[in-house]
Amino acid sequence: MVDTRLTILLIDENPVRSAILEDGLREAGYTNIVHLDTTHELLRRVFSVDPDVILIDLANPSRDVLEQMFQVSRTVKRPVAVFVDQSDTAMIEAAVDAGVSAYIVDGLKKERIKPILDMTISRFNAFDRLSRELEQARSELAERKVIERAKGILMKSRGIGEEEAFVLLRKTAMNEKKKLAEIAQSVVTAAQLLG
Amino acid sequence: MAIDRIEATRDDGIADLVSPRAPQPVREAVTAGFVALVDCAPLIVARDKGFAESEGLDLTLVRETSWANIRDRIFLGHFDAAQMLAPMTIAATLGLGLPAAAVVVPQVLDLNGNAIAVTTAVKDAMRRTGDAGDLDRPAAAGAALNRVVAARREVGEPPLTFGMTYPFSSHNYELRYWLASAGIDPERDVRLMVVPPPMMAATMSAGHIDGYCVGAPWPTVSVAAGIGHVVATSVALKPGSMEKVLGVRKLWADRHPERLDALVRAVTAACAWCDDAANRPELAHLLAQPGILDVSADLILAALSGRILTDPGVAAEPVANYLRFSGRNRPSLAGARWYAAEMVRWGQAAKLAAVLDATEATFRPDLYDRALGLAAPASADRPVTLFDGVSFDAGNPAAYLKQIGMAG
Repeated sequence: MVDTRLTILLIDENPVRSAILEDGLREAGYTNIVHLDTTHELLRRVFSVDPDVILIDLANPSRDVLEQMFQVSRTVKRPVAVFVDQSDTAMIEAAVDAGVSAYIVDGLKKERIKPILDMTISRFNAFDRLSRELEQARSELAERKVIERAKGILMKSRGIGEEEAFVLLRKTAMNEKKKLAEIAQSVVTAAQLLG
Repeated sequence: MAIDRIEATRDDGIADLVSPRAPQPVREAVTAGFVALVDCAPLIVARDKGFAESEGLDLTLVRETSWANIRDRIFLGHFDAAQMLAPMTIAATLGLGLPAAAVVVPQVLDLNGNAIAVTTAVKDAMRRTGDAGDLDRPAAAGAALNRVVAARREVGEPPLTFGMTYPFSSHNYELRYWLASAGIDPERDVRLMVVPPPMMAATMSAGHIDGYCVGAPWPTVSVAAGIGHVVATSVALKPGSMEKVLGVRKLWADRHPERLDALVRAVTAACAWCDDAANRPELAHLLAQPGILDVSADLILAALSGRILTDPGVAAEPVANYLRFSGRNRPSLAGARWYAAEMVRWGQAAKLAAVLDATEATFRPDLYDRALGLAAPASADRPVTLFDGVSFDAGNPAAYLKQIGMAG
């Protein structure tokens, strides 16, 4: 049911997420994809692209700019609706949860738009998961670094071995019911304060 | 389906907690959305200064980046209530901005607070038109702008572009009313475009707009940055104008009347707290936080105190009632009908009768009276008066449309 002639306009300031979505859409056979990464003169550009479907990330304040297209106005060529089928609350909810909104221009049928929305929702969700995993990996790396520094400080100031320093940190963390990284951070901070 | 599921889960959770073995009072959950404008203050204060808690509510606030998101999350039941633009609630009930989300308004959050500003180039051109009179008066400023618009047309310069915040906003209607009153056709003689409030100053300094109408604290931000000049405040254009309201999802309001009453009492008390001058410095600091407005507390305090910068380098002038939270929290049907008439005037809705019906269904002073245990006031609603002497007869909006030159 993929209609590859549809023109899809993607408005997203996040270059990685939009590339992920664009790839997916191209793989699915859609070739007319226009990506805008800035919202400067948005309406004029929307009119010149004249898309069938507009996808915009929900964190983008320019959603309100697009809403101007709903207005009875001389500048709009074709009527615009948000989400094909308003009765399909589950689809709207899935899109909002994924962080994207879709505007469908002039009476496109549900069957023609559904594969695009499904693809968008799953790619937005995948990107979100990826970002969270990346964030977690970053913070774990930062924690490991701070623990290494705390161990070094303890080894030097107390003249103990690496293993002993680590046991000391872990024991303190357990006694104070805190995370190992928090105790390590206080050691580093204290060392900085005390010179 | 999804909506029922969300509410059912919440109700179940509460039923579990009020078992006989848990005697401590249980606070009932309310989730509300807000945007980064000074008039989100009553919601922030209701949460942070204990007003919601003392009404037995556990108020969760979520910041949103657009009015469209607010409307959609009300529609989906993610939010029970939200800070909303007064006219946008009528549009939501009517389904003018899709999707249709039936909303009721049990109370007003604030009055006025908007201002129209122009660039230095436009202000200089207005001054040069001669016989400009006192440009501080909206009518004189409008007349001067009209001469600038006409002069630009004569030499073939592109029309001036003005920013506003949303098609169904007080800003859109106040700006259009001011332009039209001065003989400038907002559809033909200038361009109007939506610009999100936090981007207004940057859009102006980049040269993409020549002026705008926006709410506090954003007008002062561009004046402080040396690029904008305030030419009219909303309190001068239309004193006592309903600005933001508490919009409540109708399904939720119908299902949880007691929680709604508690919310209205909490937010009304918060409004009174916000208007107490002694609380303003604390309020400014609350709002300045990164998760809320993320702008300097000094600028917010200036807006709260009505000390409005009009021109770069000129000391702030105190403007009486520039922004008020308290005293007029009962929804005004007359004020709401004015917005309904403006929607028809500018072609956003075709049938006046249908818009008035939706307005009646949306603005619910009876819910305000019920929450606060008040009897309905005997006297009629305050009339809506405009700076140019036009008076809006709420009983006869069709006559108003004729008066401003639109065949009913």
